[in-house]
Amino acid sequence: MTGRGLGFYLLLAPLVLWLGLLIILPHIDMAIVSLRTRVAPREYVPSLDNYAAFITEPLYIVTFLRTAIMSVLATVITLIIAFPISYYIAKIAKGRSQAALFLMCLIPFWVSELVRTFGWIILLRETGVISGFLQWLGLADQPIEMLYNDAAMMLGLVYTSMLFMVVPLTTTLESLDDAVIEAGYDLGGSGFSVLREIVIPHAMPGIVSGCIVVFMLSLGNYLTPTMLGGKGSLWFTELIYSQFIVRFNWELGAAFGFCLLGASSLIVWSILRLTGQTLERTMGEGK
Amino acid sequence: MIPSIPQSGAVKLIYKAYVLVFFLWLALPLATVVVFAFNDSQFPSLPWQGFTWGWFFGDARPQIGLFHERRILSSIGTSVFVAIFVSGLSVLVGTTNAFLFNRYSFPGRGLLYILMLLPLVVPGIVLGISILVFSSRIAGVVQDASGLYVDALRPGLVLVIAGQFSFITTIATLVISARLIKFDRSLEEAALNLGATPLTAVRTITIPYLLPALIGAFVVAFLMSFENFNTTLMLVGSDAPLTITMFDRLKEGSTPVLNAVSLLLILGSSVLALAMIALQRR
Repeated sequence: MTGRGLGFYLLLAPLVLWLGLLIILPHIDMAIVSLRTRVAPREYVPSLDNYAAFITEPLYIVTFLRTAIMSVLATVITLIIAFPISYYIAKIAKGRSQAALFLMCLIPFWVSELVRTFGWIILLRETGVISGFLQWLGLADQPIEMLYNDAAMMLGLVYTSMLFMVVPLTTTLESLDDAVIEAGYDLGGSGFSVLREIVIPHAMPGIVSGCIVVFMLSLGNYLTPTMLGGKGSLWFTELIYSQFIVRFNWELGAAFGFCLLGASSLIVWSILRLTGQTLERTMGEGK
Repeated sequence: MIPSIPQSGAVKLIYKAYVLVFFLWLALPLATVVVFAFNDSQFPSLPWQGFTWGWFFGDARPQIGLFHERRILSSIGTSVFVAIFVSGLSVLVGTTNAFLFNRYSFPGRGLLYILMLLPLVVPGIVLGISILVFSSRIAGVVQDASGLYVDALRPGLVLVIAGQFSFITTIATLVISARLIKFDRSLEEAALNLGATPLTAVRTITIPYLLPALIGAFVVAFLMSFENFNTTLMLVGSDAPLTITMFDRLKEGSTPVLNAVSLLLILGSSVLALAMIALQRR
């Protein structure tokens, strides 16, 4: 089947239709919409006004930068928490307990993000379980509101993306031969230098793919910032939603969409560039 | 730090404690949701008012249980409907994609492969709005040209299915490709030598070999569709799938009936995920 007969085109057609109709054309159309301004009902002129508004209006640009920085922070925290866990699963746990721990990491993430967020709401709110527990212990004399702030939102973001860090890290760490670590110690390395010079370089592809996925999930998250964040933790996706659904200003919303897409592509591209990985390899190893 | 390297007891203990705390943290929100499904109170919060099955089976105010709550039941139905369509379509297209990239080399193959991966890198909400913008443009063009009002191109289930399909197909393609790569082509050649047509060879040899991956991809797609929120939020019409209905209810501040739904979701997705893992292991 090396010739390109009918079969080839029959297999090509679904791919082209899918990518063309649902990915490429919609994005081109969104670009066109973002580059125009309404001057009268159903009358538009091409302009850069929407992007100008994005840069000049403090609310927009500040929210955008805040979202990006908080997403980076969420990624770093997730990596720091996940690394020892992945190392434990890959290198210390053996046999059945290894499989069981891995499965315990997977299960919560097959459940809807909504349910996970709901769980944190019940735990953190003023009438919630943690507040009640603290009062019962005598550590607090009145209900404490722990919801609706940046810390709660960060907790939710880290919790929600944990799996996407643990899985690629565990996979790459498993492929590291124990003998290499032993050799590091035999040659006089300390725990820290073995970690820095052997374990982390080996785990790099896993770290990269984990960070990319976690960053993108955080940046594009809507549910967690809306439900757990406070008035001050406005997320950029909330701006997109309000332009599209509440204000019906699709032109500005589309421009915001492109800014979000641009930020996410830029970060993914620079992480790949900095670490010398490619998208194909990273995605292949990530799952 | 591996078992063959001696470590001080304190370090080991601290490490073990960290791992334990991590898994407790992981289980905490889900366990809380489950426990409060049985609280005999109007709110999913403390104080504990006693155990009840009311949030599942209750049929009178103030305790209308999940199985008598029409809006939630119908949105579960909507979610299942959407998920079956999305997984069926994405497994189908995922299979053709896997065969295309596995069997043919052609100019632009590398570019198409990267394009195929792109939907995973695009934020879900952006996928949603781009499809919303594009479909309403098509709807506008059709209406101007022929005066027809095309309902399917307005926010609703068709667009929700299209939106979810647009990125779940990538995942289905990756799952199916991973198994197809391991397939021994000589088995197919043997069938051809024995007189089978190429199509028969693929149907009787390759597809049965791929079956675990096809089922796996279907289950993954089903779960991803069922729990999708971001893309669905931008494309939903009047028939809301479960995640959207729950989101609306949660904003209003709801009764523990949401905990009961969550418990069902946790059970359902765990069973599906475990069944899939068991299948892959065979």
